[in-house]
Amino acid sequence: MLFKTLTKKDFRSLVEIILQSNEVIGPKKSGTNKDGNPIHKFLPVAKFEEIDLGYQTTEFSPKTYFLPYKENLSTYRFENGEWEQDIRYRIQPRAIIGMHACDINALLKLDKVMARDKFPSPYYVSRRRNTFIVGIDHEPAEKCFCQSVGADTVTHGFDLFLTDLGDRYFVAINSDRGFNALAKVDAKLVTEKDSHDYLAVRAKIQNSFKTKVRIDNLPNLLDIEFESDMWKKWGNKCLSCGSCAMVCPTCYCYGVAEHVSMDFTKGQKVKQLHSCNLVDFAEVAGGHNFRPTRSSRLKYRYYHQHRGFVEAYDEPKCVGCNRCGTVCLAGINPPEVIADLQAEGHGP
Amino acid sequence: MKYLRLEPKRPRIGVFDFTSCEGCELQLANHEETLVPFLKAIEVVNFREVSSYKGEDYDIALIEGCISRDDEVGRIEKIRAQAKVLVAIGSCACFGGVNRLKNAYNLDEANKEVYGDKPKSTAKVRAIKEVVKVDLEIPGCPINKLEVERIVQCLAFEVPFNFPVYPVCVECKQRFTTCMMEKGQLCLGSIAQAGCNAPCPAGGLGCWGCRGPAPDHNFEEFMTLAKQRGFSEKEISERLGFFGGFEGRR
Ligand code: SF4
Ligand code: SF4
Ligand code: SF4
Ligand code: SF4
Ligand code: SF4
Repeated sequence: MLFKTLTKKDFRSLVEIILQSNEVIGPKKSGTNKDGNPIHKFLPVAKFEEIDLGYQTTEFSPKTYFLPYKENLSTYRFENGEWEQDIRYRIQPRAIIGMHACDINALLKLDKVMARDKFPSPYYVSRRRNTFIVGIDHEPAEKCFCQSVGADTVTHGFDLFLTDLGDRYFVAINSDRGFNALAKVDAKLVTEKDSHDYLAVRAKIQNSFKTKVRIDNLPNLLDIEFESDMWKKWGNKCLSCGSCAMVCPTCYCYGVAEHVSMDFTKGQKVKQLHSCNLVDFAEVAGGHNFRPTRSSRLKYRYYHQHRGFVEAYDEPKCVGCNRCGTVCLAGINPPEVIADLQAEGHGP
Repeated sequence: MKYLRLEPKRPRIGVFDFTSCEGCELQLANHEETLVPFLKAIEVVNFREVSSYKGEDYDIALIEGCISRDDEVGRIEKIRAQAKVLVAIGSCACFGGVNRLKNAYNLDEANKEVYGDKPKSTAKVRAIKEVVKVDLEIPGCPINKLEVERIVQCLAFEVPFNFPVYPVCVECKQRFTTCMMEKGQLCLGSIAQAGCNAPCPAGGLGCWGCRGPAPDHNFEEFMTLAKQRGFSEKEISERLGFFGGFEGRR
């Protein structure tokens, strides 16, 4: 990895340069919750000041800029017995400033699913390639457990990654684009002190995780506890509302529907994100539902995160952001669910 | 106009109002940009908001409003006898709607409160399905015109229409709306049927459940979590009762 440092003033100039020719998305304070804490969202910004890099977490993950909740896959037109199709997946260049390591790791996981060699999704790939990503290190929020799932650091999948050293940023450069962007401002070569300070900040971050989840042997434990009553306990609480999957940075399930214009001359194939917790997720033609109960659906969500994905890609799908646990009105959250599962596993 | 080489039928539609505010009928005449093709896709036989012609040979009857007077019973029975398909549109027709609030009071008192010393005939509010057989219900206060358009398209090709089975939260999250419960407001979205595209939370108001309960909604957990968040049983019950969709559940 190539490193440089950047004064905060120069970072501001860099963002302002990026703003000139890109749509820029950043963590923006969008209100306060019932306890008076700020709520942040990744939203388009027009000025550097709108970006709040001190955010702890965001209510929604930035996944929506890669996998929109709703997306027109193709438009088709009928005329005189003929038809033509129009597919557009080019997007304007975009930059996302201030993504945390967990969210960049989430993109790396999505890459494995959506940008695979055999059947890459052109819609996803075009967004991914046309998005300039500036990541940033941060002290973990109380409920984050990204460290437990190995998602607290990131070595690729971004253009630039910042670590705040007080008066300056320590910048990891991971692409030509990133290198060229830095060349437009006064980035400095790294001194020994810079490296030393960087490692000290990293060590501090590493030691400040409060929430820990043990995931070793989780795939096997999940298999052994397939019939466990703990799934009923948590499943009975589940509202089947899908909020967890909507905010999760790695959930990608979707459905496709046909929207026909009122005059029957045009149609659109519209993709819409779905969730395995929703009641019709496993309903098939003819009406049979393979997962009719809330507990079976909730269980399979955890199975995909911590077993299915591990089997396919040797790593969990979950990046430990705990957004699902935060939005869940019923209080269903991975640290507690997994702890319960492990308690079951230890037997009576 | 053929679609995929299939000729759509032009369903012969009559629209009739009962006890209601006419908001749903107005919705039918709304969404100007597609109003012309909408009115071309159907044959309006009887709909006073768009035509003075009053035909009796409709196949599909769209019913707005609830039954709250005895004379309405005969009228709806006659429409039922004529219509091949009877569709209840709006929360009033589907559940009784806001009008149902009347049922919590003594009828004479309610009559006096509204009409003073000139009382009118009045009865307990009933949803259409409590009086005649209903083939399809399109809930909402008011109905969502875009949804109605899709339903009309299905009627034109005689294919079933599938309402979303998930609760409002899905549409709410997909609009990037901050959860109203997180902001300290009561919201029925997690147990209410989607299809409205969650306009209320997007506008800063918790869901009032005008579309009624979502299939397989988790009522018990909703009550638990709402009480845990400090909402009183009375407040929750009033919210659930507002449009009548949760009748029998509160
Ligand atoms: S786990 Fe929570 S957020 Fe997810 S579907 Fe169930 S109730 Fe909704
Ligand atoms: S199956 Fe469930 S957990 Fe897996 S990606 Fe889909 S919504 Fe997410
Ligand atoms: S499952 Fe939950 S904690 Fe894990 S990545 Fe998704 S939202 Fe974050
Ligand atoms: S459902 Fe609402 S908008 Fe429709 S008629 Fe009743 S009160 Fe009016
Ligand atoms: S505001 Fe209401 S509908 Fe939206 S996510 Fe929260 S509970 Fe669900």
